[in-house]
Amino acid sequence: MAVSADRSFPAASQNPPSSSTVLSEAAAGVALRSVTKKYGSVTAIENMTLDIPAGIYCCLLGPSGCGKTTALRMISGHESVTSGQVLIDGECVNELPAAKRNTAMMFQNYALFPHKTVWQNVEFGLKMQGMPKAERQQRVNEILDLVGLDHTAKRKPHQLSGGQQQRIALARALVTRPKVLMLDEPLSALDENLRVRMRGELRKIQKQFGLTFIQVTHHVEEAFSLSDQIVVMNHGHIDQVATPAELFKAPASKFVARFIGDNNIFAGKVLDATPQADGQDLIKLDVEGIGALYATGNGTQPGTEAACCVRPDLLTLERGDAATDQSPLNTITARITQVELTGFVTRVALLATATGQPLLHTLRTVDAQSLALQEGQTVSLKWSANDCVFLAH
Amino acid sequence: MAKAWTNVKPYLLATPQAIALGLFLVFPIVLIGVVSFWEFNGYSMTPAFTLDNYIGIFTSDVTLKTYLNTFKFVGLTWLFTLLIGYPVAYFLSFHVPKLRWQVLLFLLCTIPFWTSNIIRMISWLPLLGREGLVNQLLVGAGLTQQPLEFLLYSDFAVVLGLVHLYVIFMIAPIFNSLMRIDRTLITAAEDMGASGVSVFKEVILPLSAPGIAIGSIFIVTLVMGEFVTVRLMGGGQAASIGKLIQTQIGSLQYPLAAANAIVLLAVTFAVVVSILRLVDIRKEL
Repeated sequence: MAVSADRSFPAASQNPPSSSTVLSEAAAGVALRSVTKKYGSVTAIENMTLDIPAGIYCCLLGPSGCGKTTALRMISGHESVTSGQVLIDGECVNELPAAKRNTAMMFQNYALFPHKTVWQNVEFGLKMQGMPKAERQQRVNEILDLVGLDHTAKRKPHQLSGGQQQRIALARALVTRPKVLMLDEPLSALDENLRVRMRGELRKIQKQFGLTFIQVTHHVEEAFSLSDQIVVMNHGHIDQVATPAELFKAPASKFVARFIGDNNIFAGKVLDATPQADGQDLIKLDVEGIGALYATGNGTQPGTEAACCVRPDLLTLERGDAATDQSPLNTITARITQVELTGFVTRVALLATATGQPLLHTLRTVDAQSLALQEGQTVSLKWSANDCVFLAH
Repeated sequence: MAKAWTNVKPYLLATPQAIALGLFLVFPIVLIGVVSFWEFNGYSMTPAFTLDNYIGIFTSDVTLKTYLNTFKFVGLTWLFTLLIGYPVAYFLSFHVPKLRWQVLLFLLCTIPFWTSNIIRMISWLPLLGREGLVNQLLVGAGLTQQPLEFLLYSDFAVVLGLVHLYVIFMIAPIFNSLMRIDRTLITAAEDMGASGVSVFKEVILPLSAPGIAIGSIFIVTLVMGEFVTVRLMGGGQAASIGKLIQTQIGSLQYPLAAANAIVLLAVTFAVVVSILRLVDIRKEL
């Protein structure tokens, strides 16, 4: 594996380190082809196929135990695949060890060497590559400067704050100029405020370097704010691959709708599906106890079990009982159980009168106040079929 | 009143320990220190303040030789316990997959240490003696004409016995420090292209250095004062400071023995301090 002449870069003196041309290298795309991972009789990942285009920020999102970390470790080479292929830059890397894959990994607890100084930590990868000392020195300076921590070079990791440690871990991963950077829950060790700030920094560095970032996270908001592409995983399967906007607008399954949070989900039977002008179907669902609900999506055969969901912010709340059928507008009567002011947004928890199903509605606090919402009030919730996403499974 | 009580409480809590240490550690050492300045005239000792005992020690060739010999035992025992202890600890912590098995196998290592030192030493005798099992086997197999003399009552036998006695004191702290190494550090090092040798040299060895230091302190302090093993396994041939002191006590030369003990204490202390200077063991405690 040649890692020499073709990987040379202009010297830092000619190009300030802030310019992306100094450090970026053609990013590599990553692909999984029917990858399966088994631990004995336990299947962690089953037949996973995924394309991550070069230069994007991709998040593998899912609850713990969904296989996202295993997928990351298989791409990085810290875990072997049971069957299938891992491709980096179009080449199968199944047989290559982690160090030869042009990837770098940033670990959950950063895995900084406690006995080495910040400088030695960052230098480590270059030293292992056998790079001459003078060049190492330049590269380490450059990257420490970039993350703004050149003044900490002589300190030990435990003398740094959490945010600083995280940046050093990032610098250490980037210093070898990988084509793909893997991040395993990189922000989970930080407190909330710092997490939001580091999120911005990660995104900035990814753009600046033009690298492919693949991050594992169970934090929905984090995935939404960072990613170009989100891969939602559940029980070793991919449930959905989408941009954050698509995912937010149209979750592909009940699991996704539930996992990304707060969606109101109604399970029922498909009554019929009518093709619309935009190529989508208008689906009529029979929900037990509630009656017919209209949803939009790719319809399935009448009679099949399915569901639909609507985001809490897309509901319209009206005081008083539900007016009679105004299809395709969905209407449901519910009783308010809790009004929670969280800031700009007020969260209203309700129970559907007919079924007792818990529901959630969010609205601007000013609107909530003008409606004078109270616990115990009976209200009607309405939403259009267009805002109601059909979930085939 | 309440405040005074709060102030006094920590001291009260520390008192039993302080009394125990004072009574069983500080007091005897002070006593030995005092006796080391007393006079001895061949059959009785008298309280006095004389440096004769120390002058005798520092001007005698025998003392110097005995110290050199003791250092030789310490050095060899340290070397072999490290060479045996490190791989054992490494195997236990890195190659045994489950914690339960690691603990179980570690306990297995300690089982020989449940019997008395002396019994363990004596049990070498029928094995290594002139007519012992090893020699019978060697002669019987025609590998040697004569029984090997160096197997017993020799420096070899002493070091063998010491290593056998004390290797667990090297295994335990190294095992402990290896177990504390965060395994993701190794994955991280591999991710950055470190070979197996580099991982060991750059990550595992430096992070287990405190364990090695603690083990070394055990070995040094234990072997510096050794006399039972030296006598049993060395016969009359081998000498150590511990044995010298014991001989002097046997002939009732208490002041001289006390002076020797003080010097031994100082020397051991100096070695321990230099080990502590070399390695920071605080994070292990």
